[in-house]
Amino acid sequence: MQTTTLILLLGFMAIAGFYFGRGRSLALVGGPGHGSALHSLPGYYGYFVAIWSVLPALALLLLWVLIEPRVVVALVISGLPQSYQDLSAGELNLLVNNIQNLAAGDVVSVDVDEVLQNAAAMFNNYVERSRQMLAVLALGFAGMGGAIAWNKVNPDLRARNRVEGVVRWLLIAASSIAILTTIGIVLSVLFEAIRFFQKVPLTEFLFGISWSPQTAIRADQVGSSGSFGAIPLFTGTLLITAIAMVVAVPVGLMTAIYLAEYSSRRVRDIAKPLLEVLAGIPTVVYGFFAALTVAPWVRQTGESVGLQVASESAMAAGLVMGIMIIPLVSSLSDDAINAVPSAMRDGALGLGSTRSETMTKVILPAALPGIVGGILLAVSRAIGETMIVVMAAGLAANLTANPFEAVTTVTVQIVTLLVGDQEFDSAKTLAAFALGLMLFVVTLVLNVIGLSVVRKYREEYE
Amino acid sequence: MSDARTTLEKVEAGLARRRRKEATFRILGMFATAVGVLFLGVFFATLIAEGASAFRQTFMQLDVELREEVIAPGGELDLVYADFDGIVRSALREQFPDVSGRGDRRQLYRIVSAGAGYQLRDMIAASPDIIGTTQTVWVPAASNVDMLAKGNIDPTIDESLRPLSDKQIGWVNELQEAGKLEQRFNKALFTNGDSREPELAGIQGAVMGSLYMLIVTIALSFPIGVAAAIYLEEFAPKSRWSDLIEVNINNLAAVPSIVFGLLGLAVFINWMGLPRSAPLVGGLVLTLLTLPVIIIASRAAIKAVPPSIREAALGLGASRMQVVFHHVLPLALPGMLTGTIIGMSRALGESAPLLMIGMVAFIVDVPGSLTDPATALPVQIYLWADSPERAFAERTSAAIIVLLGFLLLMNLAAVVIRKRMERKW
Repeated sequence: MQTTTLILLLGFMAIAGFYFGRGRSLALVGGPGHGSALHSLPGYYGYFVAIWSVLPALALLLLWVLIEPRVVVALVISGLPQSYQDLSAGELNLLVNNIQNLAAGDVVSVDVDEVLQNAAAMFNNYVERSRQMLAVLALGFAGMGGAIAWNKVNPDLRARNRVEGVVRWLLIAASSIAILTTIGIVLSVLFEAIRFFQKVPLTEFLFGISWSPQTAIRADQVGSSGSFGAIPLFTGTLLITAIAMVVAVPVGLMTAIYLAEYSSRRVRDIAKPLLEVLAGIPTVVYGFFAALTVAPWVRQTGESVGLQVASESAMAAGLVMGIMIIPLVSSLSDDAINAVPSAMRDGALGLGSTRSETMTKVILPAALPGIVGGILLAVSRAIGETMIVVMAAGLAANLTANPFEAVTTVTVQIVTLLVGDQEFDSAKTLAAFALGLMLFVVTLVLNVIGLSVVRKYREEYE
Repeated sequence: MSDARTTLEKVEAGLARRRRKEATFRILGMFATAVGVLFLGVFFATLIAEGASAFRQTFMQLDVELREEVIAPGGELDLVYADFDGIVRSALREQFPDVSGRGDRRQLYRIVSAGAGYQLRDMIAASPDIIGTTQTVWVPAASNVDMLAKGNIDPTIDESLRPLSDKQIGWVNELQEAGKLEQRFNKALFTNGDSREPELAGIQGAVMGSLYMLIVTIALSFPIGVAAAIYLEEFAPKSRWSDLIEVNINNLAAVPSIVFGLLGLAVFINWMGLPRSAPLVGGLVLTLLTLPVIIIASRAAIKAVPPSIREAALGLGASRMQVVFHHVLPLALPGMLTGTIIGMSRALGESAPLLMIGMVAFIVDVPGSLTDPATALPVQIYLWADSPERAFAERTSAAIIVLLGFLLLMNLAAVVIRKRMERKW
């Protein structure tokens, strides 16, 4: 039976459970007119039965779907002849893939022999049986749970409290998913990164100045070990981030000041949504624009004044990234400026200072912590930005501070190392996770500081 | 002497300079605001100028002779192995009878799209009784001919610098003069999957992939996000734990999206063994990515419901759960929906995490289920942007226009919901 059909059936059972539970509670007190003799509203008895019929079955279903593939594969392997079972893990993996493809009727990469044919048949057979078992068990669970709950229904049952207790636990579970995500991120990058550092020492990764992760196929070839010094990636990331900040911070800050202090209402009503549009454009679109329009323009302009410009210069990526970040800087600065009490502003203006003097000598100093917090968040955003640099920055890991040369960044390297099929335990693939760990840690520190500064500052003036 | 100046004189002496500064400051502000708006203008202008032509495609008229011995040898219809390309070629030879020599003929065959044969096959599959007749059909021209017709290839530059030879341009002009070359609406762009041939490449596969992903994302992230927001806002005791969750959610909203991709690769694909390139996995990753956005928006919406509503309900004997589900939730729903739509529009435009979980494969088929290999609209844009053919640049812009159109619709929906259903207390 298909899983979706099963879930639909369970849904029907829940609805049926609801009506049975509700009906029984009312029947016990002698009809709808006597509802006040019940502890809870009749509907809660219905929910009570529905929950007990569906939740256990759904839990079983989830567990089953997660475990089933492993069990089936293990069973199929144990059914293969001994010569196949002695294969290495990698070859066995390939074999299992082929069996699965064959079972699904897809194209198979090797000649199909009798063993493979049998294994595929066995695979289908096991899956079929597992599905039947699951359907019987799940529906049995649902029926039994519902029956027990239905049996428990009586006028004194505290149905509302029971149901609310379950709902409360569901709410807690939902809110802990955020924590689980963080733990998942940390664990997944940490484990792979530790495996990477077993192959490449941490000091070489952090302080090495040569990055060429392409390892040769045979051990005796030149460059067989690859080199994993990440300094050129860090400097490349910082260079592009710095260019982006040089664009975004002054422009974003001045925009916020202009819209808050100078512009007429009409201009503000038009300009603000337009800038929000800027924030809503997908980064892949910015990347396309950077690569196809801005990069050639930068190159032409640079060459017309006699500069050597690489076609994938850091400048183009940085400029476009800066534009992308303008709305972030300007909205966070706007918040910070608006949080300054108007008494300070009025006082400065009352003493005869011009508006620009009020702004630069009174409001900006007072809003500085909030603005700095916002800038930290913007830096974190720029460091983690992927698509723009993947499409507009280069792949060559140059150690340079020249914005007109091609540089590469941490995110670009993660993408290039992980896109496509490769073996999962090579230093090359694991390096991506080590870079991911660096990226996560750095952005996390920036975010924590930035967010707490912004928040604390906001509270201070409230 | 200067000591004798009154305060007023001192102020007036500096006044001109201060006013100049004020004016400069103001102009700087105006300039900064203009930078963002100007970029937006340039951006959309380039995009439309570049992409508008992709919605039209050049077609050429051919008289194809559907000979029975080719299509149905021995009376048996053979759609798989019949040489439809051969039919197209002989129609071209018919059209240009004076082209001879292998090299010239090969060049001639290249002015029509490789999809012409498939078009004939589909025609015959739809109505087999046209076999044996000669039909006049419009088939897509090759992408280089299309580019020439749209003026993107300059026929005056040296022959070796352009993808079309002088002879090919001559044939195209001949067709043009005979009225056998025409630009029509490019339906293939919307009904085809990806292809190596620009004139056959379409976004339907990517749109369906994105749609499946968004279905998974919305089905998971809306209930979970709303439930989490309810718990944190209405039930969570003020403790270190709830503080931790709060800080954690704010931080998750700012974690680079590519890190979520690494999580998806390590957990969903390597650990749980879910299939690569599947919209299911993409949807799960995007769920984790959008949850913080939805939770933050939903909490703000719940916070905006005035406490008097809760107190009134509690006073009438409702339990706290009843207060939340009967009163707070319905009142906060518009705000939650707005937040969810904004989260979804972020998910729709996201591509970096999808690269990590293998959704960048070249996939021709339109996905039919949650576990079929698929790609997403932004990833399709990335793939096409990387293709060297001139015709793909135009199609990339067109795909971007479509993507931005979807995003615009979603944001409009959010604005409408906010305007229509929002209450002021």
